[in-house]
Amino acid sequence: MIQIDLERCLHCGGCVGLCPVDALTLYGERLEVSEACTECGICVKFCPVEALEVPR
Amino acid sequence: MKADVVVVGAGPAGSVAGTEFARRGFDVLVVEKKQEIGPPKRCAEGVSQNGLDTVGIDVDMDVHHRIEGASLYAPSGKKVVMEGGDMFGYVLERKLFEKQLAARAIEAGATYMVDTQALDMHRRDDRWNVRLRGLDGEREVRARLVVGADGVESKVGRWAGFQSVNRLSDYHSGIQYEMANVNVDPGHIHLFFGTEVAPLGYAWIFPKRFSANVGLGVLERNAEMSAHGYLRRFIDSNPDIFMGASPVEINAGGVPVNHFTEMVGDGVMLVGDAAQLVNPIHGGGIIRAMHSSQLAAEVAEPALSDGDLSRERLTAYVHRWDEVYEEKTAKLLKLRAFLEKLEDRDFELLADILEGEDIFELSQARISFFIKKMLKRPSLLGLARKYLAD
Repeated sequence: MIQIDLERCLHCGGCVGLCPVDALTLYGERLEVSEACTECGICVKFCPVEALEVPR
Repeated sequence: MKADVVVVGAGPAGSVAGTEFARRGFDVLVVEKKQEIGPPKRCAEGVSQNGLDTVGIDVDMDVHHRIEGASLYAPSGKKVVMEGGDMFGYVLERKLFEKQLAARAIEAGATYMVDTQALDMHRRDDRWNVRLRGLDGEREVRARLVVGADGVESKVGRWAGFQSVNRLSDYHSGIQYEMANVNVDPGHIHLFFGTEVAPLGYAWIFPKRFSANVGLGVLERNAEMSAHGYLRRFIDSNPDIFMGASPVEINAGGVPVNHFTEMVGDGVMLVGDAAQLVNPIHGGGIIRAMHSSQLAAEVAEPALSDGDLSRERLTAYVHRWDEVYEEKTAKLLKLRAFLEKLEDRDFELLADILEGEDIFELSQARISFFIKKMLKRPSLLGLARKYLAD
């Protein structure tokens, strides 16, 4: 699963709208990733503040 | 719980939908997942007077900042000024504007729930069961119609089975500092172009009453760093503008600059950013969002009265939208394709030859524009080729 740096995340939700498998959800102002994540990295490429990372 | 209409999301699209359905006498519930309507914004807050006139919504002059024109800057700093026409407008204080829109919807008869997340929805017997979670726990609302006003991260579209996922190739990565003590002409918005400034996008300064929105959007495919990296560099490389300025707020967001999702299904309609209804050139979405809700309600009113909320019936909303916007959007997409081909020297050349009036022609994506210009300046041939090539 993608790693979310909650300290950096500005909870803009931009990544949620890009996720091809609907693995990301913004609950209020808290971003969460589900088991559905395939680590495709599209959200990582988008994130304006580098709050997302594909685990090594 | 039951409702004629459940609106998911209480941004400009959601609250205008709330108003439009409530004043037509329908039982409408608007749910907002955040604990407060308004912040954090994901937006530079600009709207044109023409746009406001289109939707018939006024703004509070004590709060919002008046704009008389736009200054566009090539990478060298060469400036082109546009004034009049569509340039008249406002930079809103969205956290207040959105609350004002919500208040209008509530006064019209809408019910609001904040700090309430829509978890999912299921179709049963011609109704949608929308599951909500808030401070009072979980509950289910049976709705005849669900309006997805849930922004770029729309789940309503996905739950309805639409191909609503955004594409990275048509989606700007946006970042913005709202800063105080920014040294620019406060009567203009300021737009900065160049591959080093914001690849396949632009940087902006939108002055407000006590501050200015300073931001940019980039397309990932040509970006060498994060949008935030570009914004830091933009601020650092313009000390004449930003010396002594500091942020009072940081915003981020995704901007869908192309539209491809379905907008209607059985008992469901998408509006605003959820439906990717954004101007593909400048990425502005407030007016289109509010307008889409008005058109959606116009179509849904007789459909609700007749008890026919089939996809076929609601498709009239898509047709209404296309009547108003399809041609314009197609032109703007063509113009965007052109702008995306430009290198820094092309921007300089454009700044040389463009005057305020010409930009209006260019933004209308008129081919005749380059032909006229080329008769005077044969060196424009390269630029014209980029413009004409698809």
